[in-house]
Amino acid sequence: MVFSLVSGSIPVFNEYGFKFIFSSAWNPTEGREEYGALSFIAGTVITSIFALIICIPLAFATSLFIGEYFRGKWFAKGLGTMIDLLAGVPSIVYGLWGFYVLRPFIVDLGLSTQGYGIFTSGLILAIMIIPYATSISTEIISMVPNDLKEAAYSLGSTKLEVIFNVIVPTARSGIFASFILAFGRALGETMAITMLIGNTNAIPKGLFDTGNTMASVIANQFGEADGLKLSALIAIGLLLFVITALINAAGKFIIKKFA
Amino acid sequence: MITHNLNIEKPVLSIKELSVAYEKGGKHAVDNVNADIKRNAITAIMGPSGCGKSTLLRAFNRMHDLYSNIETKGKIFLNGKDIDNISTITLRRRVGMVFQRPNPFPTMSIYDNVIAGYKLNGIRLKKQQKDDIVEESLTDVVLWNEVKDSLFKKGTFLSGGQQQRLCIARALAFQPDVILLDEPTSALDPVATSKVEDLLVKLKQKYSIVLVTHNMSQAARISDNSMFMYLGDLVEYDRTKNMFTNPKDKRTEEYLTGKFG
Amino acid sequence: MLVIINNSGESNYRSKKNKLFLGLVILLSLLTISPVVLIIYKLIAKGIHQINLSFFTETAPDTLAAMTAINNGEIIPGGILNGITGTLFMVTLASFMAIPIGIMIGIFLYENTEKKYAAIIRDISDIMQGIPSIVLGLIAYLWIVKNVTNGFSALAGAVALTIMMLPLIIRSTEETLKMIPQSIKEAGFALGVPYHKVMLRVLIPSSLSGLLTGILLAISRVLGETAPLLLTALGSPIVNLNIDKPTSAVPLLIWDFYNDPNMVDLIWSSSLFLMGFVLTLNLISKRIAAKRT
Repeated sequence: MVFSLVSGSIPVFNEYGFKFIFSSAWNPTEGREEYGALSFIAGTVITSIFALIICIPLAFATSLFIGEYFRGKWFAKGLGTMIDLLAGVPSIVYGLWGFYVLRPFIVDLGLSTQGYGIFTSGLILAIMIIPYATSISTEIISMVPNDLKEAAYSLGSTKLEVIFNVIVPTARSGIFASFILAFGRALGETMAITMLIGNTNAIPKGLFDTGNTMASVIANQFGEADGLKLSALIAIGLLLFVITALINAAGKFIIKKFA
Repeated sequence: MITHNLNIEKPVLSIKELSVAYEKGGKHAVDNVNADIKRNAITAIMGPSGCGKSTLLRAFNRMHDLYSNIETKGKIFLNGKDIDNISTITLRRRVGMVFQRPNPFPTMSIYDNVIAGYKLNGIRLKKQQKDDIVEESLTDVVLWNEVKDSLFKKGTFLSGGQQQRLCIARALAFQPDVILLDEPTSALDPVATSKVEDLLVKLKQKYSIVLVTHNMSQAARISDNSMFMYLGDLVEYDRTKNMFTNPKDKRTEEYLTGKFG
Repeated sequence: MLVIINNSGESNYRSKKNKLFLGLVILLSLLTISPVVLIIYKLIAKGIHQINLSFFTETAPDTLAAMTAINNGEIIPGGILNGITGTLFMVTLASFMAIPIGIMIGIFLYENTEKKYAAIIRDISDIMQGIPSIVLGLIAYLWIVKNVTNGFSALAGAVALTIMMLPLIIRSTEETLKMIPQSIKEAGFALGVPYHKVMLRVLIPSSLSGLLTGILLAISRVLGETAPLLLTALGSPIVNLNIDKPTSAVPLLIWDFYNDPNMVDLIWSSSLFLMGFVLTLNLISKRIAAKRT
């Protein structure tokens, strides 16, 4: 797999070398072709980080709800099922909902004139990665031994103090890993982003600017691509492959080592 | 029906018609218990497993409040004050607890484990105060000399017996009125067990101690008073010496002579 | 030394903070699940009136027919038959590849748990699970579209889906087998039954519900995939059952409808159908898993 991606990206790396990664130029006009992946790398990282920042408090609260506060109660199980449903919604449906519901809402709020861009796609992305972070965090949080929690209660702690002084320190590496894995997911999400990010080939200048991610540029421009451009898209795919593989390996490693 | 030979003046804990059930309206794991606990003494609670002795103990610091399905009826008074009128935060500082298996906080150093109660409760202390509490508590549990050079290492590298004494120190750091111990030596070897027993005998000068044990000889060795529980009932409560030499109830006698348990 | 701690003001303040945090947790949790409610509500509200018999029996209409219908105030004619058949065709094809291979690798890992190469295979499979689907689509494109079918094809789509399904099936096979008591296997060997028969007759049947859960989850995961199919199966206006021809799929149709302003109404019904399909499979597999434990 890696081999076919590498061999598919050889032409573009031959042409531009490592400048391909550090250049933000993207010009498919024949004769003046120039390809660089930097705008897409930037777009990917910015949207994913924004999504992660939104995801962290929500996923953390939800996993406390299911794994600690209401563990085993029917409504905690119900909430867990809803989270499973959230994970089961296809990317393209998120894209549609984002396009027809969230985007107009953001325009109404006056945050942006068109509603496209980093902010909107980051929000959708956050909703999409919350289930991953939540399900792993919940599992790790409910694994914290009960006798440690009871020891803290027996010293007069409130639940809040038990959470931040016993549960979080004990489960922190697992919770951390769950967010890393969620971040890995965010990097590669395609359809919903393609429909919401605005698809402009430049480094985004702010939260409400449009842009493109590595995955969305592949989806968007693949249809009309051949030759050097195709090779450039494959090279972006290779980069995405390497980055997500590294992030996933790191997340799995942390879980295996500390949890 | 309960054989009471004790007349305790100014009890530290006073239990009135206490019943505990693990589900609302369900079978009572502790059924209508009445007893007074003597100050500055060791009171042992004995009985076969499942008799409700741990359940009774955990009612004293309202641990049952943590689980919404548990139903507690009756009253308990700490120094004459109804514990339902004391916030659990305050109550649990006045009534310390040590658990069956040593459970030092794995993310904290030995030093931090001793003052964990203060840390967890968000009470800020001066460095000197903390040092004093740590030294005094660890000295009380005869652990100071063993760990004074490794105070900032994690508590989990200690032996089981040392860990359990650390947990006792953690409970002592608040200078509580009562210390509850739930089979504190059941996970320890005989040498570590006898160290903890010696310690408890020494500690009763300063504290009132309630000890749940399934080990009769332990109760005989160190306790002043003993309760015998069976199927949720407090069957007999007497001076330990009397109970072991002259049990009043047939069930107590059968238990003490090893007919069941 | 004793620090004064009987301070009821302080303990009130902490109880309040504790309750406040609980409120925050409940609020954020409800916020977290609100999108799923909103999405399902929106799909049903906008999609249900378009679902009728022809929705399942006719292929997607062309723009002109849809535009005429809209101008006459009728519902858009036609359905998503080409998408449904395409999805079923490719998922079946992918299952035929992914299930046997996945189960075999799973058994292999279970039998060689301690070996170093098994750990490496397990790690690779875990990491594969996190590779974005669009990259897997690119790989299937390079392998199949470029070299085997010389054009966009159902096979290429199925291969992309297979690569997505494999890690899930491998993982669930291994986990399920691990939960079967060793003694059952040994009982088989004690009767002199040869290895492959113990596997086929004893181990696999007793882990059937676990395997089924894994397979259904894997299928529900790939049913809604759009990005990899865009690069491999491309889409097709007619029902196609040739493995070397471009093929449509429900999510591909949704993408087409999305890009065609005349088809907007069909988006919601197709999405509703797709969601219903995916979520049903998802819940069935969770139900089987819950029953097992």
